[in-house]
Amino acid sequence: MLLYLIRRLLTAIPTLFVIVTISFFLIRVAPGGPFNQERGLSPEIKANLEAQFGLNDPLWLQYWHYLKNLLHGNFGPSYNLPDFTVTELFREGLPISIQLGASALVLALLVGGTLGIIAALNQNRAADYAVIATATAGSTIPTFVIAPIIQLVFALSWKLLPVGGWGDGALLNKIGPVLTLALPQMAIVARLMRGSMIESLRSHHIRTARAMGLSDWSVVVKHALRGALLPIISYAGPAAAALLTGSIIVETIFAIPGVGRYFVQAALNRDYTLVMGTVVVIAIFTIIFNLIVDLLYAVVDPRVRYD
Amino acid sequence: MAETVLEVRNLRVTFRTLDGTVEAVKGIDLVVKAGETVAIVGESGSGKSQTMMAAMRLLASNGEATGAVEYRGRNLLELPKSELNKVRGAKISMIFQEPMTSLDPLYTIGNQLIEPIMRHRRLGAKDAKAEALRLLKLVHIPDPERRMGSYPHEMSGGQRQRVMIAMALANDPDVLIADEPTTALDVTIQAQILVLLAELQKKLGTAIVFITHDLGIVRRLADRVYVMRRGEVVESGPTEQIFTTPQHDYTRMLLSAEPTGRKAPPAPNAPIMLDGRNVEVTFRIGGGFLAGPPMLLRAVDRINVILKERQTIGIVGESGSGKSTLGRALLRLLPSEGRIRFEGRDISTATKDQMRPLRHEMQLVFQDPFGSLSPRMTVGQIITEGLRVHEPNLTRKERDQRAKEALREVGLDPVMRNRYPHEFSGGQRQRIAIARAMILKPKVVVLDEPTSALDRSVQKQIVELLRKLQADNDLSYLFISHDLAVVRAMADYIIVMKQGKIVEEGPTDEIFDDPREAYTQTLMAAALDATRFRAEV
Repeated sequence: MLLYLIRRLLTAIPTLFVIVTISFFLIRVAPGGPFNQERGLSPEIKANLEAQFGLNDPLWLQYWHYLKNLLHGNFGPSYNLPDFTVTELFREGLPISIQLGASALVLALLVGGTLGIIAALNQNRAADYAVIATATAGSTIPTFVIAPIIQLVFALSWKLLPVGGWGDGALLNKIGPVLTLALPQMAIVARLMRGSMIESLRSHHIRTARAMGLSDWSVVVKHALRGALLPIISYAGPAAAALLTGSIIVETIFAIPGVGRYFVQAALNRDYTLVMGTVVVIAIFTIIFNLIVDLLYAVVDPRVRYD
Repeated sequence: MAETVLEVRNLRVTFRTLDGTVEAVKGIDLVVKAGETVAIVGESGSGKSQTMMAAMRLLASNGEATGAVEYRGRNLLELPKSELNKVRGAKISMIFQEPMTSLDPLYTIGNQLIEPIMRHRRLGAKDAKAEALRLLKLVHIPDPERRMGSYPHEMSGGQRQRVMIAMALANDPDVLIADEPTTALDVTIQAQILVLLAELQKKLGTAIVFITHDLGIVRRLADRVYVMRRGEVVESGPTEQIFTTPQHDYTRMLLSAEPTGRKAPPAPNAPIMLDGRNVEVTFRIGGGFLAGPPMLLRAVDRINVILKERQTIGIVGESGSGKSTLGRALLRLLPSEGRIRFEGRDISTATKDQMRPLRHEMQLVFQDPFGSLSPRMTVGQIITEGLRVHEPNLTRKERDQRAKEALREVGLDPVMRNRYPHEFSGGQRQRIAIARAMILKPKVVVLDEPTSALDRSVQKQIVELLRKLQADNDLSYLFISHDLAVVRAMADYIIVMKQGKIVEEGPTDEIFDDPREAYTQTLMAAALDATRFRAEV
């Protein structure tokens, strides 16, 4: 098991290297640079800035410097937010995005999972149809529609929540964004859970459990649910990586200072270091959560235990 | 007269399907007395399993049962769930056809055994564990202490079925329902499980309801027999009476359904079609980046096979013996070592492109008539698919003509070529699979368990069809099967395989009448010899 873990972490290194290399050159292929703004800087200032950040060096040298810095944990300065290094930006924003994302994930798994189980146990009956209809609707409504609706209803009409802002992490400020993040995930989890639970309930060992006179609780929770969790775990891994690294839509609409905005903004501004930082952070999250998924698999299913 | 423990009265089972309501069981009556063995026999679709599923209230969610199933005077169909669960697993329990999947793969054997014991007998964890150990010993699981901590996937099919039996008998039930408990097992294991059931019945006095299509088992084990067809009991009575003086035509048909006849060997100077020397297939398991070297598994170990024109070689052996792998290797569908000649031509190093023109002469018919036909193609499209590759110049009309001929040849109405596979029965599908091979006018056909998924009476028809096709078209067969009765009727030469090696080979009659190797003897005994079984019990 420990050997497996070490092996997986070792294979993560070449993966990260490939990701860093590809994205480094890809973003350079895009026309323009960090200092080509619409209003335009004077050519002298631009040249100075570019020289200061080493952007006039040959590309391979810049790549080499970036790799070297990265190995020392240095993501470099942000070109567009020159008062901050990329590391500082993430240190500020990432905890906020993680808090929101993790809360949304837990909410989605608990509520979505429960709804899915209820639907599966009442297959083709009213409760099932209700869950499926809601879930289908839920997964078709985009977040940029859900978020303003939450703001209109809960904040503007009922005055229960603030319209936006982080409010230094006050609970009320989190409710809106967490709900917006969680609802579509909830819908997906509910549908996944329903399908996998129905299949699990049909399996032969469930028939055995019933034939042995075990209680419904044991049949459903101990025997059926555990097997049904596997597809949910597979889904939750990548979903967690995506949720925890922030969402541009939610963070923009609710004015949350997370890191979700950076990816798109930085790419548009050709803020090379910030783009790279975001890519590396998302890649690390993805790798870690995929590893967690595989470990959880082994915990749930003895057939996939690694030696 | 022993008291009645289970009585089924006017039981009807219906299923709601998209095509309307289907009646699987049409008002049957059935009685089980304490300590006796009752067999319910019938072919697939006769409703024999659904009868007992209904009794245990285990029907699929679209099924409904009416009538009465009384356990000591209490109607199980009307008991509230909590009361029902005091009967299920405690007074009546059940074992199933699928030993591989009937145990929960996520929990240890011990955990699964302890659960029903604790539930029904209100024992503490420690006592329940001791009891589970005792049960594992009772069903002769070797090293039971260690096995308590094993997971189902770490055990063989036979061992899993033993665990199922231990679980079913854990609370000393009055009735044990055994739904085809040995069908999925190898013959030698089948015999062991049957011996075990008989032994335990003697020890515990449990009544057994045996659901089976295997008349050999019925004759050996049952006191009384119910014969079912299409949801009805057509005949019932003491076992001896059913076997000696069957009243109903259907019973007589079942009794005579064993495939008969023998195949004459080919002429001594018949040309050699397929000649495999030192054929060896090795599978690599595991291995990879930082995982160390792979494990090597020799599935076929230096085997020589010579197949002559119009010959049928039967390859027999238990699951995992390498017989299917050998068949595929000889057709060059798997990479292998050694030399293979087809009609004198060395094909052991032929490339994919070089093999292609030969493919239509070397065909393979698969075991699973349900899985091996594409559900999205019509039968006509399925059987002419090979023609598109091998005879691309045929017009659509000519292909259609060939499809009609092929279907007629395998005994199907050519009109059926525009239908889809799901509209056909298992036997018809196997005919379609055979037609798909025959349409290419092959010379060598590897038949991989072509009758295993079929009922006995249908098996007999398929065997007859294959023999007729062979005689009409000068075919050579490699007939892979674990079913010795069918092999005996089909093959003139037999190769017995075990763990990738040939254990024994020779003309069919010699192998059956005078097996020399101990392994062949066990195989034969387990499959054919009823007297040996009686003696053991």
